[in-house]
Amino acid sequence: MKAAIVGSGNIGTDLLYKLLRSPVLEPRWMVGIDPASEGLKRAASLGLEVSVDGAEWLLRQDELPDIVFEATSAAVHRANAPRYAEAGIRAIDLTPAAVGPYVVPPVNLGEHQDAPNINLITCGGQATIPMVHAVSRVVPVPYAEIVASVASVSAGPGTRANIDEFTRTTSKGIEAIGGAERGKAIIVLNPADPPMIMRDTIFCAIPQDADPDLITDSISRMETDIRSYVPGFRLLSDPQFDDGRVSIFVEIEGAGDFLPAYAGNLDIMTAAATKVGEEIANAAAADRHVTA
Amino acid sequence: MQLRLTDTSLRDGSHHKRHQFTVEDVRSIVAALDGAGVPVIEVTHGDGLGGSSFNYGFSLTPEQELIKVAAETARQARIAVLMLPGVGVKDDILISQDNGASIVRIATHCTEADVSVQHFQLARERGLETVGFLMMAHSQPPEALARQARIMADAGCQCVYVVDSAGALVLEQVSDRVSALVAELGDDAQVGFHGHENLGLSVANSVAAARAGAKQIDGSVRGFGAGAGNTPLEAFVGVCDKLGFETGVDFFKIVDAAEDVVRPVMPEECLLDRMALMMGYAGVYSSFLKHAYTQARRYGVSGAQILVRAGERKLVGGQEDQLIDIALELSREKVR
Repeated sequence: MKAAIVGSGNIGTDLLYKLLRSPVLEPRWMVGIDPASEGLKRAASLGLEVSVDGAEWLLRQDELPDIVFEATSAAVHRANAPRYAEAGIRAIDLTPAAVGPYVVPPVNLGEHQDAPNINLITCGGQATIPMVHAVSRVVPVPYAEIVASVASVSAGPGTRANIDEFTRTTSKGIEAIGGAERGKAIIVLNPADPPMIMRDTIFCAIPQDADPDLITDSISRMETDIRSYVPGFRLLSDPQFDDGRVSIFVEIEGAGDFLPAYAGNLDIMTAAATKVGEEIANAAAADRHVTA
Repeated sequence: MQLRLTDTSLRDGSHHKRHQFTVEDVRSIVAALDGAGVPVIEVTHGDGLGGSSFNYGFSLTPEQELIKVAAETARQARIAVLMLPGVGVKDDILISQDNGASIVRIATHCTEADVSVQHFQLARERGLETVGFLMMAHSQPPEALARQARIMADAGCQCVYVVDSAGALVLEQVSDRVSALVAELGDDAQVGFHGHENLGLSVANSVAAARAGAKQIDGSVRGFGAGAGNTPLEAFVGVCDKLGFETGVDFFKIVDAAEDVVRPVMPEECLLDRMALMMGYAGVYSSFLKHAYTQARRYGVSGAQILVRAGERKLVGGQEDQLIDIALELSREKVR
């Protein structure tokens, strides 16, 4: 499947390396708006067609991508989304625009494989919502709360200017996809040097008589599922059970494709985007096979 | 010299009280402080608006209810609220304003001021008075702190505080930082100081801050705050009287308030004990104290070691969850 990356910053460039490794996705274009962009230079040297005229240029080409990965900002994606839809291009949105349904690959990708536009919530959401789901699929979760700690250097200007968007969007995702009745998200930026590897803590309220083994087993299966596409994801310890709650501690070490290993928060977004793109491509191939 | 004092016993003290304030606690403390002439009283969950959580502890009484009661009780004092971007959201600020708060204090770690821009803009649009908190100020040199203060002032902050969250600053380290902010901000914004007692220096540090040009000073009656407590406000008022600094607070009335009204609400005195001293010495966020006690008990490890390791890991305010991870790590090491 022919793919384009819109946005040539850290996320777009990290995504480029992951797409290049994909057996089913073929990154052909990368567009940005900054002529000095390191990402565009790298993309050009790796054989992609590049432009500094953004999505405008991309949509003017004779040949169009089947799928576009948007790594710009929420405002830009809101403007671009209808034009991709008009041109029949599937969009995977790595911004908080939330034009399309929320997707966390190991939880609900199957439900939205045909959606023209898919939103990946937030980095904290990708790292924690699967764990909330792992608990809520075996016991009721009236309330879940996540704390995301990320290295200051890995939080870009967009995240910083819109930190409320992170907490609100992630909270909604904890409820809608995680399956908690009520969700809360907290984000902490830590400037320690050398930078800390991304860490997340997931707290779920559970019934007093819940079976800890059942929950631990579900969490462990979810860890395996996540590691299949985010190899640097790991539980730091066994889930901890205290008086009506389970606490889950995770760390996400990035693959170091373009961004350093500490930026697990960005790695899990680009890994999730790649996974969603691949599933869409596989589904399309299967479809062709059936109709042919 | 004129100083404006803010009492934070009903916010920073929330840590010491494990967020269990009742409506009656708030009503009686606000009435007593208001009667003594304290001009600003801060009321919020210890970790700011929206802080009621597994991570920081759930509030016994919803904080917005406490803010409302405080605003209804105060006759002359203004009610302030604290907000940490990443924990609370803009809506929390608007609700607190509806409940009668007129000052909003936005707190960030002292290298991350740019996360507060949208909140300062909103607060100013809504006619709220604004204060900025640069937390863990000991961890950055004066020039770096001044650059962060500039970001807050440009976003609409009217007074930037040097916040010694760990109670780790020593005298000149306070005045150097306050002076750097005063030089950077000039007439654009005032400078304030928020101290903790973890090295036994909060009153002296506050005097140093005032002499370096700080116009707003925080304290808590009876030191009622996180760690070894905040600057005991009644002691600071007495010292100001001696030095000829004007605070507008009646010394005898605030001393009575501390003894007769505030002390009975405190679960115990705030002490400069081993754990609290460790925080000042290792530069650890004061509100980690009660959480370190809890995890030490839960996992049978040393609370002091938890705090020292929190300092080594360079944890910042808000990362209370990582204290559990540290306790688990210590318990694994013990087994080995």
